[in-house]
Amino acid sequence: MSLKQGLSVIEGLEVRPLMASDGHPFIPNASGEVRQKILGSLGIDSVEQLYSDIPKGVRLNRPLKLAGFYPEQEVRSRIEQLLQQNKSAAEYTTLLGAGIYNHYIPAAVKTIMARTEFQTSYTPYQAEISQGLLQALFEFESMIRDLTAVDAVNSSLYDGSTALGEAARMAVRVTGKYKILVPRDLHPDKLSVLRNYTEPVGIKIETYGYDDQTGHLNIDDLKLKLSVETAAVLCEVPSFFGILDPNATDVPSLCHEKGALSIIGFDPISLGGLKAPGDYGADIVVAEGQSISSEMNFGGPGLGIIGCRGDDLLRQMPGRLIGMTTTTDGKDRAFSMVLQTREQHIRREKATSNICTNEALLGIGAAAYLALLGPRGLSQLFETIMIRTNYAIRRLEDLPSTLIPRFTGAHYQEFVMTFQDSRKSVEKVNRDFLSAGIHCGKSLVKDFPELGQSALVCVTEMNSAEALDKFAVTAEKILGA
Amino acid sequence: MYRQASWNEPLLIEKSEAGKVGHLPVRASDQERKVVGNISSVIPDILRRHGAPPLPELSEPEVVRHFTRLSQENFSPDLGIYPLGSCTMKYNPKSSELAVQTHKLEKIHPEQDESTVQGILALMHDLERMLAEITGMSRITLQPAAGAHGEYLGCLIIRAYHRSRGELDQRTEMIVPDSAHGTNPASAAMAGFKVVVVPSNSDGIVDLGELQKVVGVHTAGLMITNPNTLGIFEKQIVEIAEIVHRAGGLLYYDGANFNPLLGKVRPGDMGFDILHLNLHKTFATPHGGGGPGAGPVGVTKSLERFLPVPLIEFDGKTYHYNYNVPESVGKIRAFLGNIGILVRAYAYILNLGADGLKMVAETAVLNTNYVLSKVLASGLYQLPFTRERKHEFVLSAKGLSTLTGVRAMDLAKRMLDLGVHAPTTYFPQIVDEALMVEVPETESLQDLDQLADALIAVFKEAKTDPEAVKSAPHSTSVSRIDDVKASHPRTLTLHWNRPSSIKETENPRKPMTLVNY
Repeated sequence: MSLKQGLSVIEGLEVRPLMASDGHPFIPNASGEVRQKILGSLGIDSVEQLYSDIPKGVRLNRPLKLAGFYPEQEVRSRIEQLLQQNKSAAEYTTLLGAGIYNHYIPAAVKTIMARTEFQTSYTPYQAEISQGLLQALFEFESMIRDLTAVDAVNSSLYDGSTALGEAARMAVRVTGKYKILVPRDLHPDKLSVLRNYTEPVGIKIETYGYDDQTGHLNIDDLKLKLSVETAAVLCEVPSFFGILDPNATDVPSLCHEKGALSIIGFDPISLGGLKAPGDYGADIVVAEGQSISSEMNFGGPGLGIIGCRGDDLLRQMPGRLIGMTTTTDGKDRAFSMVLQTREQHIRREKATSNICTNEALLGIGAAAYLALLGPRGLSQLFETIMIRTNYAIRRLEDLPSTLIPRFTGAHYQEFVMTFQDSRKSVEKVNRDFLSAGIHCGKSLVKDFPELGQSALVCVTEMNSAEALDKFAVTAEKILGA
Repeated sequence: MYRQASWNEPLLIEKSEAGKVGHLPVRASDQERKVVGNISSVIPDILRRHGAPPLPELSEPEVVRHFTRLSQENFSPDLGIYPLGSCTMKYNPKSSELAVQTHKLEKIHPEQDESTVQGILALMHDLERMLAEITGMSRITLQPAAGAHGEYLGCLIIRAYHRSRGELDQRTEMIVPDSAHGTNPASAAMAGFKVVVVPSNSDGIVDLGELQKVVGVHTAGLMITNPNTLGIFEKQIVEIAEIVHRAGGLLYYDGANFNPLLGKVRPGDMGFDILHLNLHKTFATPHGGGGPGAGPVGVTKSLERFLPVPLIEFDGKTYHYNYNVPESVGKIRAFLGNIGILVRAYAYILNLGADGLKMVAETAVLNTNYVLSKVLASGLYQLPFTRERKHEFVLSAKGLSTLTGVRAMDLAKRMLDLGVHAPTTYFPQIVDEALMVEVPETESLQDLDQLADALIAVFKEAKTDPEAVKSAPHSTSVSRIDDVKASHPRTLTLHWNRPSSIKETENPRKPMTLVNY
């Protein structure tokens, strides 16, 4: 079977499949003498005898209809040809963010993550032979804990959205209340995931608004909705619209007055210049950590970060927790997974979560990233992003028939731009930007219709002044016309 | 003799010295600064961090050496056999690693215009069709990040199905066999179901009589892995499917143990309605020390309408997202999935094809049976239930434990000294002093012999020199770890500078009770 006849889409790739009798590079005992030897030792002629207990009626009596059994070289070239069609941020300027960010990942981070001792191993169930992984994850947890000023951080969840889902469930278990308040300006994916993590167990999600002028949270609306029935309130700093809202620091105390918990969503790099959420009273902190561990990778893997304060929340924490201890003879420092009685492999249906495989390798990447940047690097990076975001705003704010930024609050990394010219739709403008080699902002039209024709623009350290100048000139051409 | 590196590597914080830096990010230019002005006046004062963030200060070479030393204190499948039962720790092909190292994948954003991501969408669409063919399901979503994540999505789809029939209030129970992976009951409970456990019979498979007793109008579904965690094929699967379907429930396939069935039997043909696959197990993507993985979920035709959005469609010319799925459960994570893992799995399938995948399954079963036969021939371990096993088997060290006090965990620790990873221990819980061994197809005959010999040697040693086994391991970077101290409320340490001791409950051993939802 050639690739043309198989499930592939690329035409004209000449490939000679291998034959079963060739054996296979990944399967040492696939054929030849060694296979005969194994069969012989089991006293059977054919491996089929080991499948004889499977009812005939359900057996597959034909080969799978699959392209494949190709030499490595052909596989590589096929994937290269497919991916060739993508237009990356290395070719176009990207101004897309909204949860996945284009940051510079230091070479040393990639090198460390590529160590196959980390990459190919699994959950450190046998701690003595897995100290490297355990220490690295312990250090990840320690650094995130210091950055956020909470008591405990786990070794990762799937992504920022599932971290929020798990945070909501923790809050409900601790408070015994079933209502979670979230900002109206929440990433639509996060809202959908949160609903899926809460609806089946009867938790209600309610939203509170934002101020139409400043983009700050609408504190009156929040106060109105926050009640003794509220388990927790989510507040994100920066907000989905990129706003640094001073009111955020009041949210934890407002929650505590009503017996609710506060969940603060943070951006890891922003903590290079922003106050730790634990220092203004956050009970649970959650984040997407892709930006401090890996490239965008079309949105995955992510790194779900979760941390909490206090014993009650700690006992309800989902996922792996790594602790520092000693060997039984007391001589050496050692690391191991702790409080495992919270987890599914021990507690089954009574576990705090079903999570098993998480995103440990990205946790190691984040540990390396934070160790490399250190206090100076992280502050400097925060400053660069802050400056470049506001530089872009300054360069765009005078464009005719637009509102840039849409909100008057302080901005970090992202801002909303609104087109007020009725002939300009986000869809059309973005198409024009694309022709000019720019992946422009995420459209907010469907999810935030109250903002009219608006898009969320993201600026990171990857967007130089020259690129932003070019963006401004292009914007003038497209929007001024 | 195996000896693992032991560096006594200090913590990063202990190597920190003021003034050092390991990476300097770009700085904004004077021009940018001039245009923007003083940014500290922009940041609301109450949100501003005072002083530098509390992180260690190290140079790049120090950081690289630190983590490289740590990596040497970590055993992995690139070093030797890793027979962790139910985890399918096979070799991860290196070409798959190189395939993802391109800006054409790393530097694409999930919100890009469809026209600029046609390549990756084509690959994902292809992969979906390949996995549908391999499993016999109608459609696959690639969104879930891991097996348990797929299970949770499966439970959400089961809810959506019963809701669509107006039966959600009634269908409150999820049945799982007593041999199930811990994630199955945990996922079902997370999705609001009451978990009903059905016992195994003396052959180690689901007891049909017991199943008949627990199914009924409250049954939402049954979650089962096949072969089960004992490595035994549930040969009554057609009857099981019939019983569950007749009661109005759905049948969920936990794909953790799919490796031995590739190209031989398909879950769709066995009557399953929903399944997940673990690409990091069956499709050889690296386990990442505990992730990232990927847990695609497949469904039958009638359940397609509940799949997460967006679906990826092909109109004969271009690929596009389909959000128009009114009954969709929505999203199970942000964006589209663990893409890097999907690309590796795609490479793997192309590498193997139909013949190769079948060869994978058969060789895994052959290898496992070779090790099992050799171990049984020693007459040492007990093998509860029947002899017929597929990709894994579960030995019991109960007899030894009663006789010598040496437990399964001690044997596992002693195996580490012999340069092999230990099997999974104390699971499944229906086998006392369990050692769960899975031997993937990527192991050579020498590897198989090394594993079988290690299992035999530690058992024999336990009888002659129990202390050597109980005090093992001796060749790893650290000796036996004090796990009790690690989790004890008074000595719990979750941070490198401060002990985190927590309040002791009345009885620290008392299991944590959860609020009932």
